[in-house]
Amino acid sequence: MMNDIPPKARSPFSEAFEMFRRNHAAVIGLVMLTFIIGIAIFGPMIYPGDPFEMVWIPFTPPGQEGYLMGTDYLGRDLLSMLIHGAKVSLTVGISAAIVTVTIGITVGALAGFYRGWVEEVLMRLTEFFQVLPTLLFSMVIVALFGATLPMITLAIGLVSWPAVARITRAEFMRIRELEYVTAARAGGVKNARLIFSVILPNALPPIIVQAALMVGSAILFEAGLSFLGLTDPNVASWGQIIGSNREYILDASYTVTVPGVAIFVTVLAISLVGDGLNDALNPKLRQR
Amino acid sequence: MHILITILQRLAYAALLLIAVLVLNFSMMNLAPGDVADTIAASMGGADAELMAQIRAEYGLDQPFLVQLVAYITRVMSFDLGYSYFYNAPVTELIFERLPATLLLVVVAQFLALVLGVLLGVFSARHPNGIANYFVTLFALFGYAAPVFWTGILLLIAFSLKIPLFPVAGMSDVTVEGNFFVEALDVAHHMVLPVITLGSIFLALYSRLSRASMLEVLGSDYVRTAKAKGLSQREVTLKHALKNALPPVVTLAGLQFSAVISGAVLVETVFSWPGLGQLALTSILARDTPTILGILFFSALVVIIGNLLTDLVLRAIDPRVRGRA
Repeated sequence: MMNDIPPKARSPFSEAFEMFRRNHAAVIGLVMLTFIIGIAIFGPMIYPGDPFEMVWIPFTPPGQEGYLMGTDYLGRDLLSMLIHGAKVSLTVGISAAIVTVTIGITVGALAGFYRGWVEEVLMRLTEFFQVLPTLLFSMVIVALFGATLPMITLAIGLVSWPAVARITRAEFMRIRELEYVTAARAGGVKNARLIFSVILPNALPPIIVQAALMVGSAILFEAGLSFLGLTDPNVASWGQIIGSNREYILDASYTVTVPGVAIFVTVLAISLVGDGLNDALNPKLRQR
Repeated sequence: MHILITILQRLAYAALLLIAVLVLNFSMMNLAPGDVADTIAASMGGADAELMAQIRAEYGLDQPFLVQLVAYITRVMSFDLGYSYFYNAPVTELIFERLPATLLLVVVAQFLALVLGVLLGVFSARHPNGIANYFVTLFALFGYAAPVFWTGILLLIAFSLKIPLFPVAGMSDVTVEGNFFVEALDVAHHMVLPVITLGSIFLALYSRLSRASMLEVLGSDYVRTAKAKGLSQREVTLKHALKNALPPVVTLAGLQFSAVISGAVLVETVFSWPGLGQLALTSILARDTPTILGILFFSALVVIIGNLLTDLVLRAIDPRVRGRA
């Protein structure tokens, strides 16, 4: 009996990968997302040109005069603007999600690990941030401190972290009571290491899913802000194209509908991938 | 007696939150470049250093931060949110002028989304293989991924411009005159598209959660018992299952108030709805700081009141909450 070779255990990573692969919607989402990221990175090389340059008569409909997506109210090439917009929207989305997750994990981890008055203070702070309407609050930040891309990114992160903090806290509260944590503690592991090396890696799966969805929300958020005109006017983002062409939907509805489709498809792809990750990383939730 | 103490506790906490909002407001006003004196000077077409110092002294801007903060909070407590140099009117007056339009939009959209969402969720949970299920899933995906302003513009193009069923902009038609009923009907007509736009995001959210919550409850033992007792399908669904499936949905709806107001800002811009969102946008573009901060304060107030009301509703429908302190 002792000599029996145990069946090779599959790593949790390959198991999750298998789970993800079997989810068709998630795979389609991943393909769409890869394509969009590809456009954002390589698009400007394949289709060069300044998106702000006036190239042709305004309101040239899509497909005419060699402009695949037509031109906007200032005669700018809409395809060029869309390609540059992909880079802006994705960059803001990903950086804002990083800011969100960093604040959220810090607050949630400290609250869930230390409990007591630390938790009390941090959770009240979280509730406070949930009382302020997110869009209005970020509008105020951007208006008072300047409409630049870094400030917009920071503003989005600053208003979105409570959801991540709540999830992280719940995970920390659950995991800190588990035996291996008690064992590590008994072994004299310091608090900082307990938080970062023992508990955090095991708390990550739901946070990763939330972070993926956060990228989508942040893209929508940036689109909303730039639709309202609260953006760097020298940067072409999808929301900004819609906002600046809004007055002309009678003359050329495609200037508004097409960038909207770009946002919709991107966020849809992200949410499909997010759902897939959720199923793959939290298999226990699948039965629900 | 017990419930009274709980309510008082909640109110005290709400007041604390509001004071925190005021502190944040005031700190942001102080951190931002430029102050009231600059605004006034700009509106007068410039002022020399001596006049600037005089203005600063008059508004107490030369006082230490804490003194100014306490003065600010005291002023707000007496419903004085400052004066807008852009609109030439007290901020409170401006806000009260616009608040009803926003409240109407927000409350109607939230209410319809909740009622229809629960109906749709219950229906699709009862018929797991029916078409309603696909509808809920599809709707949930669309509701999450579509930018709300884009949905609004699409509806505007389809049902105001291409097929002129609904008005393009505004809240009422000046040419419509008559009794209260006629005017209310006119406002309702203007409201259709904005409410659909705003409500669609939340309808998606509520229908998905009600379905999940209902499915869980329908599989539980007491529902089987109720069925075994010989109660009709309808009675089981409405009296036993729904009662237990509803609290999570109401809790979620309560958490959405701040998101609904955020959505309202965009919807108001698309449909030129004369509410707080529009006021916020114009005052932000005009750098009218007192108005902006006043709106932030009032929207936080609306969210806090919304949360308190949700709490009361939860107490009414869920005896388990009543048991807790």
